[in-house]
Amino acid sequence: MFLINCPYCGERDQSEFSAGGEAHIVRPKQPTELSDDQWAEFLFMRKNIKGVQFERWNHAHGCRKWFNMIRDTSNDKIHAVYKMGEKPPTK
Amino acid sequence: MKNKYSIFSLIKNAFSYHENWQRAWRDPEPKKEYDVVIIGGGGHGLASAYYLAKKHNITNIAVLEKGWIGGGNTGRNTTIIRSNYLWDASAGLYDHALKIWEGLSQELNYNIMFSQRGVMNLAHNLQDVRDLKRRTHANRLNGIDAVWLNTEEVGKFCPIINTSQNIRYPVLGGTLQKRAGTARHDAVAWGYARGADAMGVDIIQNCEVKGIKKNGDSVEGVETTKGFIKTKKIGVVAAGHSSVIASMVDLKLPLESKPLQALVSEPVKPIIDTVVMSNAVHAYVSQSDKGELVIGAGTDAYLSYTQRGSHDVVEGTLKAILELYPIFSRMKMLRQWGGIVDICPDASPIISKTHIKGLYFNCGWGTGGFKATPGSGDLFAHTIANDEPHKLNSSFNINRFVSGDLVDEHGAAAVAH
Repeated sequence: MFLINCPYCGERDQSEFSAGGEAHIVRPKQPTELSDDQWAEFLFMRKNIKGVQFERWNHAHGCRKWFNMIRDTSNDKIHAVYKMGEKPPTK
Repeated sequence: MKNKYSIFSLIKNAFSYHENWQRAWRDPEPKKEYDVVIIGGGGHGLASAYYLAKKHNITNIAVLEKGWIGGGNTGRNTTIIRSNYLWDASAGLYDHALKIWEGLSQELNYNIMFSQRGVMNLAHNLQDVRDLKRRTHANRLNGIDAVWLNTEEVGKFCPIINTSQNIRYPVLGGTLQKRAGTARHDAVAWGYARGADAMGVDIIQNCEVKGIKKNGDSVEGVETTKGFIKTKKIGVVAAGHSSVIASMVDLKLPLESKPLQALVSEPVKPIIDTVVMSNAVHAYVSQSDKGELVIGAGTDAYLSYTQRGSHDVVEGTLKAILELYPIFSRMKMLRQWGGIVDICPDASPIISKTHIKGLYFNCGWGTGGFKATPGSGDLFAHTIANDEPHKLNSSFNINRFVSGDLVDEHGAAAVAH
């Protein structure tokens, strides 16, 4: 349980948000040309990192907008929040 | 040779104030090389080592545990055992485990306090009723005991449940598996550890795996905090940390690790003599032999390795518990904790070899691995020893995520998994 700084609404309780999993997994441009292995990679395989991870969140009980977040999954500390389509901040 | 535990050994040791019991397992330093290295000294890992030694005559085994044995999810679960899963593959897997549970105390010469007190699953809406009835029929076709109870029968079987039809989610009925029940989780780890150790397995605690050494497409050994250990076969049974181990060989798994919480109340006199779970409202309760109510809460919806869990998850569970069991309204909760569970997209486990020769994974048990401990160990041992799955775990291979042949058990898994 922690606070999330929504890029549109400001700091809110985590229970207002829903987690959308790993970020920056690009939807295949030509789905029909994918092999079964590539589909499995896109649909199911995840890095599931213990440490700093890039992920998507949705402010489900707020503005309902999606955004990206960099969070350390070993201690739930949030490093950065940035909007969809933006490049992740480098620090 | 281990001394046998019996009433006579108990009396004999009483004379020396129980100060001279033989130690249950050794505390060895790792050897240079093993035939098999098991990563993870929880129930599943220790059971895997036990069955490798017992059934496959491979005794040169090390079980590496980064903390202490049974200190992860084995000591953090809510100790429920059942096998009423929907699909044939799961029914085979979980009932195989249940059959081993039934004779396990005798086999291990260790009282695991297995208690077949029954597990009841409640239905709160028409879809629940349809799903649970379907599951009951599927169970019976697979030879698993299951009965459907109507609201009145539910009330008779567990009188403290509020079966009034005037609550928000009234009880419309439920299923009952009488062979299901509970066992003492720590005793399971200790019993398997003692049994495996007696056959020569080295249980090495406080030894964390830092890397896996490969030569081409096969494994050569593991780098640990106690030095390099050579081996040709590695069985990974690391639960929530499976992906961390997999990343050491650049392998991605279809897993997400999340905190799952449980809590216990202050101890009270016997009040609930079965296990009741309710998927729709997420209430799940039983009573330990000590008298504590054992309550299983849900997972946090986000990935995390923090072993804590959020407060709102506990709050939601307790709200549902209070509506179903008004009698608990003044109970005090004593302890709360979290464990990291590795969840597969189809809520079924992976017991499988990988494309790397000599590397095997037993993971993805998600929120409900405890019930399968003996079966999982037995089948994983078979898979490692023969480099081929047993027919009972052939459906639980890693390739099902490529072929699409998933074993979707979200319905049967749900809460009390």
